[in-house]
Amino acid sequence: MVVLLIVTAIALTASLIASRKKTAAALKIALKRFANIMPAFLGMLVLFAVTITLLPTDVVSVLLGRENRWVGVLVACVTGSLTLMPGFIAFPLCGALLKEGVPHMVLAAFSTTLMSVGVLTYPLERQYFGWKVTIVRNAISLAVALIVAVAMGLVFGEIG
Amino acid sequence: MSPQKRKIGWIALATGFGIFVLSSFLASYDPGKQMGRTFGTTLLTMMTLLPCAFVLIGLFDVWVKRETVEKHLGAGSGLRGYFWSVLLAGTTVGGLYLAFPVAYSLYRKGARLGVIFAFIGLSGICRVPMSMFEASFLGAGFTAVRLVVSIPLVVLASAIMGRILERRGYEITE
Repeated sequence: MVVLLIVTAIALTASLIASRKKTAAALKIALKRFANIMPAFLGMLVLFAVTITLLPTDVVSVLLGRENRWVGVLVACVTGSLTLMPGFIAFPLCGALLKEGVPHMVLAAFSTTLMSVGVLTYPLERQYFGWKVTIVRNAISLAVALIVAVAMGLVFGEIG
Repeated sequence: MSPQKRKIGWIALATGFGIFVLSSFLASYDPGKQMGRTFGTTLLTMMTLLPCAFVLIGLFDVWVKRETVEKHLGAGSGLRGYFWSVLLAGTTVGGLYLAFPVAYSLYRKGARLGVIFAFIGLSGICRVPMSMFEASFLGAGFTAVRLVVSIPLVVLASAIMGRILERRGYEITE
């Protein structure tokens, strides 16, 4: 996060030195795009706040720690797609679950869908790419997550 | 529904949520208070990331020539375009929500659809700091398997999807 701030500051200063006119144009574009996407952003944040409160991390742990690993993978895909969780919460949670004996394949399904399938980011993605593309892209990511889970199961000897 | 109407819909939802949180605090309704707090802290985090990201997008728009993007990420770029999408995705910060506006500005500068989709999918999957963090909790083996399996699959699927859509004359509009 600090890196991003520094990079932005350097880029902005360099741009200002090179041309004030172009920098002003750039800031105008930034402001316009930002304002344009803000409503969808706020909507996404509301959905996020509601889901994370109704589905806290300890509920996720219970959901993922199922007896049957295939049921676990499916449940993991659903919860991973439905929730938005920053990495600094998600990975320590996955690490703890791994120690409790949750299979690698279940955690792979969870973390991959968490990061690349977004039900909550749907409004935002749709705003840019339209609903058809959004659904197809998310479906592809879901399929990829399932394949990753199977590969993980094979590598760590959890299938067969 | 028109984009304008959808925007109004989201603002209405946010306003309704604001009223709900406010009344939750007045009535000491705990889940409602919790939702309000989560909303507030997440908004704060995003409000430090988003302005930076959009300023960089604006600078990119003004300074980077269309020919440069077209050459490396556009129609004739072949595999090189996908190589760039892996590299760009690996160095992005935030989540999907920051990848969308970046992808959109790349598209406007002439990047082809397959590369755009690969970039979005990969920015969820192969961010470098995130992967290192993951490896420290789940083991390097786990992260290696995940990356080795998912990167080629995402690139392949995006390339196919991009080709189909381009053949149909699909265009992204804001």
